[in-house]
Amino acid sequence: MNPAAFDYVVPRTLPEAVAELVKHGQEAKVLAGGHSLIPLMKLRLSTPSFLVDIGRIGNLSYIREEDGHIAIGALTTHHDIEFSDLLKNKLRLLTSAASQIGDPQVRNRGTIGGAAAHADPNGDFPACLLALDAELKAVGPKGERTIAARDFFVDTFTTSLEPNEILREIRIATPPPGSKGTYLKFSRRSQDWAIVAVAAQVRVTGHEVTQVAIGLTGMGSRPVRASGVEQALRGKPGHDDELRAAAERAVDGTDPQQDLNGSPDYRRHLAQVLTRRALEQITAHH
Amino acid sequence: MAISQMVGASIKRREDPRLVTGTGSYVDDLPQTALVYMHVVRSSEAHARILGIETSRAKEADGVLAILTGKDLKPEFGAPLPVTVCFVPDKKYPNHYPIAIDKVHYVGEPVAIVLASSRAAAEDAGERIEVKYQSLPAVVDIEKAIAAGAPVLHEELGSNLSYDVKFAAGDIEAAFKEADITIKQRLIQQRLIPIAIEPRGVLADYKTFANKLTVWSSTQIPHFVKVWLAVILGISESNVRVVAPEVGGGFGSKIRVYPEEILTALASRRLGRPVKWIEDRNENVKATHHGRDQIWDVEIAAKKDGTVLGIRPTQWLNLGGYCSQFGTFQVLGMLVAQGAYKMKAFDGRAVGVFTNTTPTDAYRGAGRPEATYLIERVMDLVARETGIDPVEVRRKNFVRAEDQPFTTLLGLTYDSGDYTITLDKALAMVDYKALRREQAEKRKQGKYMGIGLCTYIEICGLGPAAPTQAATGVSLWGMSVVNVHFTGKATVIIGSSPHGQGHETTYAQVASDVLGIPVEDIDVQHGDTAIGPMGMDTYGSRSTALDGNAVHISAMKVQEKARKIAAHLLEAAEGDIVYENGKAFVKGTPSKAVTIQEVAVAAFQTSRLPKGMEGGLEATTFFDPTNFVWPFGAHICVVEVDAETGATRILRYVAVDDCGTRINPMVVDGQLHGGIAQGIGQALFEEGVYDEAGQLRTGSLVDYLIPTASDLPSFELAATITPSPVNPLGTKGIGEAGTIASTPAVMNAIVDALEPFGVKDVAMPATPQKLWQLMHRNGGTKR
Ligand SMILES: Cc1cc2nc3c(=O)[nH]c(=O)nc-3n(C[C@H](O)[C@H](O)[C@H](O)COP(=O)(O)OP(=O)(O)OC[C@H]3O[C@@H](n4cnc5c(N)ncnc54)[C@H](O)[C@@H]3O)c2cc1C
Repeated sequence: MNPAAFDYVVPRTLPEAVAELVKHGQEAKVLAGGHSLIPLMKLRLSTPSFLVDIGRIGNLSYIREEDGHIAIGALTTHHDIEFSDLLKNKLRLLTSAASQIGDPQVRNRGTIGGAAAHADPNGDFPACLLALDAELKAVGPKGERTIAARDFFVDTFTTSLEPNEILREIRIATPPPGSKGTYLKFSRRSQDWAIVAVAAQVRVTGHEVTQVAIGLTGMGSRPVRASGVEQALRGKPGHDDELRAAAERAVDGTDPQQDLNGSPDYRRHLAQVLTRRALEQITAHH
Repeated sequence: MAISQMVGASIKRREDPRLVTGTGSYVDDLPQTALVYMHVVRSSEAHARILGIETSRAKEADGVLAILTGKDLKPEFGAPLPVTVCFVPDKKYPNHYPIAIDKVHYVGEPVAIVLASSRAAAEDAGERIEVKYQSLPAVVDIEKAIAAGAPVLHEELGSNLSYDVKFAAGDIEAAFKEADITIKQRLIQQRLIPIAIEPRGVLADYKTFANKLTVWSSTQIPHFVKVWLAVILGISESNVRVVAPEVGGGFGSKIRVYPEEILTALASRRLGRPVKWIEDRNENVKATHHGRDQIWDVEIAAKKDGTVLGIRPTQWLNLGGYCSQFGTFQVLGMLVAQGAYKMKAFDGRAVGVFTNTTPTDAYRGAGRPEATYLIERVMDLVARETGIDPVEVRRKNFVRAEDQPFTTLLGLTYDSGDYTITLDKALAMVDYKALRREQAEKRKQGKYMGIGLCTYIEICGLGPAAPTQAATGVSLWGMSVVNVHFTGKATVIIGSSPHGQGHETTYAQVASDVLGIPVEDIDVQHGDTAIGPMGMDTYGSRSTALDGNAVHISAMKVQEKARKIAAHLLEAAEGDIVYENGKAFVKGTPSKAVTIQEVAVAAFQTSRLPKGMEGGLEATTFFDPTNFVWPFGAHICVVEVDAETGATRILRYVAVDDCGTRINPMVVDGQLHGGIAQGIGQALFEEGVYDEAGQLRTGSLVDYLIPTASDLPSFELAATITPSPVNPLGTKGIGEAGTIASTPAVMNAIVDALEPFGVKDVAMPATPQKLWQLMHRNGGTKR
């Protein structure tokens, strides 16, 4: 179907965009890459009467390193993340996740800001941002504020953004040298949404796991941190049997859903298997 | 025949440049002025009485021209939608109108149409229509639908049972008495949703004062649609023209006369303006018919040496909310379930049941995939039970070359084939013995590789007129016109209606071979009822066996006339004329030849023709062969199942197919690629799921998973060629073979992979979760 009728503006600056959102209140929605919003509108599951297209606002698409942080503009596409040399060198978790999102068309249009703001429990970036303790910078009528990833993702399709706020930038502390990341995604078919996926960032220094952060996709109504796994591994030498035992704890505190692709039991099992595989993959050369 | 130059050549499809550049014209691309757009309001209920339809708010909406309901339109239907005999003459079925009149029987059934000046206006107005339903209990499951106390869909029929028919021959009791082994198994043929990449679409233009109707439809059957539009609308058939423009896939889902074809035509007649309807994917998954949805229960009688003595299959078919036009065609599965094997007795039963789901009808293979799945699983079940290799079980039971033409228990006669040749070739390609050793090695390392075979036969080329008339209620034959123009170029008109099969290329090759006219100078036209005589359209892998051969025969007739004209021009006896590569000459003197171009000129400068000969260089053929054609082949699939996740990876897929003469091997390979992919889709991914209330849970491509290129291995294809004796080209069918063969090959491989876990069957689709559960149901303990 066609979407229900709506009006549309293309502001050129963030303040203009925020002003439009304020003016139109609950009726308005931000449009970024449109790869989540437009399908919902065509199904008439979402019927905003006003769209604020932020796509032509300058300077919202970038990946750069500054003050020990990697800063990513909200309009940066999945494709640009996938092929960023900076991220390939310093934040492979994100390039790995980006390369597994949908198909090339989706990656060419979809943006990291949109993926975060959409907060799909089966989306790939939220678990990564959670694992990386990302900070999300949002601009609203009262100015800018910074939201920690753990506070940002609230529930299915729900974030702590106000309706009149625009996500501007995502900041991630540059992982220390030797820290490695990977995203392992399990789906029934290639190019599909995850049934379960694991975002892992681990650093082994000498014979000690000095950093371990695990985010899980598909294990609840929002991305979750596998803190049980992290506790079990932190400070340990990271032998195979330790990895295996730690991975078992990937189910701690999770509440996976039942759907056509997987029961809660199956999802729990997948979370354990994928966590173990991710840990094995990252620590393979130590 | 002249030395063949074109038949057997993999020339590039002439259809492709326009299709890959987006310049082909599908229904939605057709230019039209004063267009009215139709939106169909569809039932949100699976089973309900319509108490009222409130349209006043919608009528006031911008751009709305009219809103019509079943009650408004009922008086205009001269007949209900057609239902053909299709193997079950005595079935019970309700009248089915293009739009619900007072009751709905599945989610997606049309309940009202909105006609407006744009698609958006029509859709917006549609949202304002309120249909008052009195909900009734729904039933979606075959067994529940015929259980006592089930809600009855069509009260006038008394129950949900449409038919319960027997297909038996031989002494089944004796077979079971003689058996060392008996096996019982339930096999699931899940519901499939066809998903042609182009959904359906119709543009109807009724010219009031001329009383003429033209309908462009994304259909496989323009000729059938023309007849039925005339009957249902009460317009003289001579005033109805149906065109199938570019059609983006069908797979059987565009093989029936659809409600929207009638509704757009009626609307155009009312409004006096052209009316267009284009299905979107959300409608498509509910409004276009589904395939399969059957349960097959089988009992097998076999000997310890692997000989199958007889089988007793029951086919339970979910018809959906109505009996679709070819809704009982799938019963064909019963007739061919004997497969490539000899046996003493067959005791089949087919039971058709109505449920509150989208009607089912033909889907790539229609009955033959189900039959092949049955008999190929039977062979593997016997192999497992006897401990004999599945290859040997097949060899033991094969119909042998010397038995051909072989008549089955149910009385069908195979045309040709030595089934060991395709099997041997496929086994050699995979190095079967080495594969089995590798499998044993891998099992020791906890890796679960499986090898699956399918040695199928297929009935196609429907068909000779007499048996198809008797079995389906429609006489099927092939049609062609070959018309050579003044300048010696030719037009070929065919009765088939291709939608991806490449007839424009391959039939030009056929005519070029006979006439020696360069292939580029032969145009092949189709899919328009105004350009030629009646045709029987395209489905069931029938076109080349019938229409393709009809092209050959018409071209031969033209060549015959060309010889006569050449003899006259050369002042020679006709019997001395040799016709080769577009030249006619007296035997032994090729230097003094007349070309087909010179003959063509003479054919129109009629004073130069022999006395009494009419002008023109044209022939028409209605080709009725003596038998069906029976392709066969051997497919081997190798999979590995990840014991931790249940994920299946296809490591190799080898297919050796014998479809007789291959006119264009590249086109044949293309048909196989698509077909195999589609069959793998059924094995691994696809399943149309309803909840208890009759709501479709797999209503989008997020939940209904069709395979993508990256899910598939690189197919290894090979051929053997056994020309069919029943048509001059020796061609058989290839459109459905890939689908028919690949589903059982993949599933046999998966069951084989899970053998260490004591798994004997897996209900399709083999999802990772399902396989993981099967492997771990006893805590992962192996047999
Ligand atoms: C076929 C297909 C397959 C896909 N597969 C995957 C997959 O495998 N994995 C996956 O993770 N995703 C997948 N996606 C979703 C895709 O990644 C989307 O692009 C992404 O989720 C949303 O980004 P967008 O820029 O398109 O956002 P939009 O669709 O424009 O917006 C999404 C939501 O976020 C809001 N929004 C957007 N930007 C901002 C902002 N800067 N500030 C505040 N609010 C904002 C919008 O108002 C809207 O509510 C798929 C999509 C499609 C169509």
